[in-house]
Amino acid sequence: MSNQQKHWEKTRGLLFITLAIWFVFSIGIFLFGAEMNEVTGPFGYPWTYWFTCQGSLGAFVILIFWFANRQEKIDEEFGFSEREDE
Amino acid sequence: MKGNFIDNLPKIYGIYTGGFVGFIIIMAIAEQMGMTAKTIGIAFVAFTVFIYALIGYLSRTAQADAYYVAGRQVPTVFNGMATAADWMSGASFVAMAGGIYFKGYGYMALLVGWTGGYVLVASLLAPYLRKFGCYTVPDFIGTRYGGNLARFSAVVVLTVASFTYVTAQINATGTIASVALDIPFQYAVYVGLISILLCSMLGGMRGVTWTQVAQYIVLIIAYLLPVFWISNKMGAGFFPHFMLADEVARIGELEQQFGFVKNAAADLKSVPKGLAGITKAHSAVNATPWAFISLALAMMMGTASLPHVMMRYFTTPSVKAARKSVGWSLFFIFLLYSSAPMLATLSKLSLIDPNLPTGIIGKTFAEVEAIDWYQNWNQANLMFISDFNGNGTLELNEFFMGGKAVVLATPEIAGLPYVISGLVAAGGMAAAMSTADGLILAIANAISHDVYYKIIDPKAETAKRLLVARVLLVIIGFAGATIAAMEIQGILGSVIWAFDFAMSGLFFPLVLGVWWKRANRQGAIAGMLGGLIAGAWYLVWVRTGGSGFLGITQLTFGIFGSAVSLVLMVVVSLMTAEPDKATQKMVDDVRVPSGKSILGKSH
Repeated sequence: MSNQQKHWEKTRGLLFITLAIWFVFSIGIFLFGAEMNEVTGPFGYPWTYWFTCQGSLGAFVILIFWFANRQEKIDEEFGFSEREDE
Repeated sequence: MKGNFIDNLPKIYGIYTGGFVGFIIIMAIAEQMGMTAKTIGIAFVAFTVFIYALIGYLSRTAQADAYYVAGRQVPTVFNGMATAADWMSGASFVAMAGGIYFKGYGYMALLVGWTGGYVLVASLLAPYLRKFGCYTVPDFIGTRYGGNLARFSAVVVLTVASFTYVTAQINATGTIASVALDIPFQYAVYVGLISILLCSMLGGMRGVTWTQVAQYIVLIIAYLLPVFWISNKMGAGFFPHFMLADEVARIGELEQQFGFVKNAAADLKSVPKGLAGITKAHSAVNATPWAFISLALAMMMGTASLPHVMMRYFTTPSVKAARKSVGWSLFFIFLLYSSAPMLATLSKLSLIDPNLPTGIIGKTFAEVEAIDWYQNWNQANLMFISDFNGNGTLELNEFFMGGKAVVLATPEIAGLPYVISGLVAAGGMAAAMSTADGLILAIANAISHDVYYKIIDPKAETAKRLLVARVLLVIIGFAGATIAAMEIQGILGSVIWAFDFAMSGLFFPLVLGVWWKRANRQGAIAGMLGGLIAGAWYLVWVRTGGSGFLGITQLTFGIFGSAVSLVLMVVVSLMTAEPDKATQKMVDDVRVPSGKSILGKSH
């Protein structure tokens, strides 16, 4: 397998992990919205309510920065990261 | 100042922010000295619009890559701010807190949808389209799949989606200009339009970028300052985001105590159009999982297909910067979106809690009608009370309000000085203008670059291309304003439709263009046109009394459209020949950040 194929394989792996986490915070937890809202969550808000107000939104911000860092590492590992003069 | 413009950005915008805060303080002092509310409103809107126009003028350019992609040198964080302003429309600013106030949990699917979509943007598309080096979204489609028909189909989808969106934004600038400047809406729409064009005409993407950063700073100050102030004034908490649990619980208690009494249809006829009562629980789960998830999903996929957002990531210096920039965009959006539910909570509690001095439920009608702010907003057609049961006291089901009032009226209800209302008007204007600019530019650029230059006259010189681009900008702006002046739909409805149109036609052709090498021209054309037609058909069908299926409503028709698009694209691609070697090589090159971009620096 060529260097580029290996790079793409890893990139795709990272995509699947990222989308899996995305799925949990955007869809997964809202499948159980009614049940989860009975429980008191962070700062005393009901859990589901908190996720729609802040939790999921904040998780997405962190997820994108995490993804960007991981992808940069993958690019460096295979020598595909950009040089400054390009 | 030493060094070039880009190196000095933090200093320049630091001074700008300081200047704006200084302006707010001067206005506050002027108010104490007796300046009228009307003058303050005019000063806020006029001053900020003048600054944007000045930035637009200073950013004028005669170069194609500066006009189309701001010279590809916008730093990560600043591009994040510009994207956030581009993204957060008049609807986000003025109508979102109102939607949460009235509909609670079911509506908050939009908060999740309008943020979660950025994960898709960052991981599936933005870095790859940046590597591609295109000027516009149809530029990517046209080059990846090849052929004028593919390019043209992308322009069609882009135009339908963006135009649906832009009329709502021009409408919002008109609404705010008409309130702040006290002129009729029909004229205010054109005042709004001219302000919008002043930012984008001379500098194209470069002008829009630097005005959007300035607009973001105004709109975020205008949104957060009142939320924090009101929360502190009510004694609800120093930092509302972490401290409103008691208030949320208290609203739940009051809802139990008052109950949601259903009004008779005959009684509701007397309520002015556009106003609503509180009929849904504030924090309880009041929607089925599918209703919530389908709306969130449609908005997420729509986010990843809207060209005016995607093209912001064409302006970063590198692929790496494009990825990080998506993160910053979402962070800046998060600041406003996480505050909207807090504002809705504060607004609702201050109105309905009889223990608070501002609470009106339980008071007699004579008392409520004597309150200054009630009279003002009743006159503005945003508040209404009516004694349906004739007992003389105001009940929860007898109080009606317009969605915009949550943002516009809450500062006044809480007793904040009028300078805050002026600031909110300037913020709403900034939000609507920045989005309108991005959208008009997306449409005009697609038509001038993809239709005029790439299809009609590939030999046109730069000067002629940019002239065409500017003429189109004005034409599209006026067309949008003319439709906005007719006031056909509400602000929020047409915004959501724009997302559905974009995802129906563009989501899979864009994503598969990067992630599926086998996708070919025939498949992409079928996917774009088939998806758009299927989505539009579903919308018309449901609007004209169709029953719909699978719980897909007129707000989520993009789910049907994009499913059709996916199926068509895969089936047609597999039935026709695979893309040639050159195209496959192109896809390989897009997938790695290093190396030359597919399209040249100037093309």
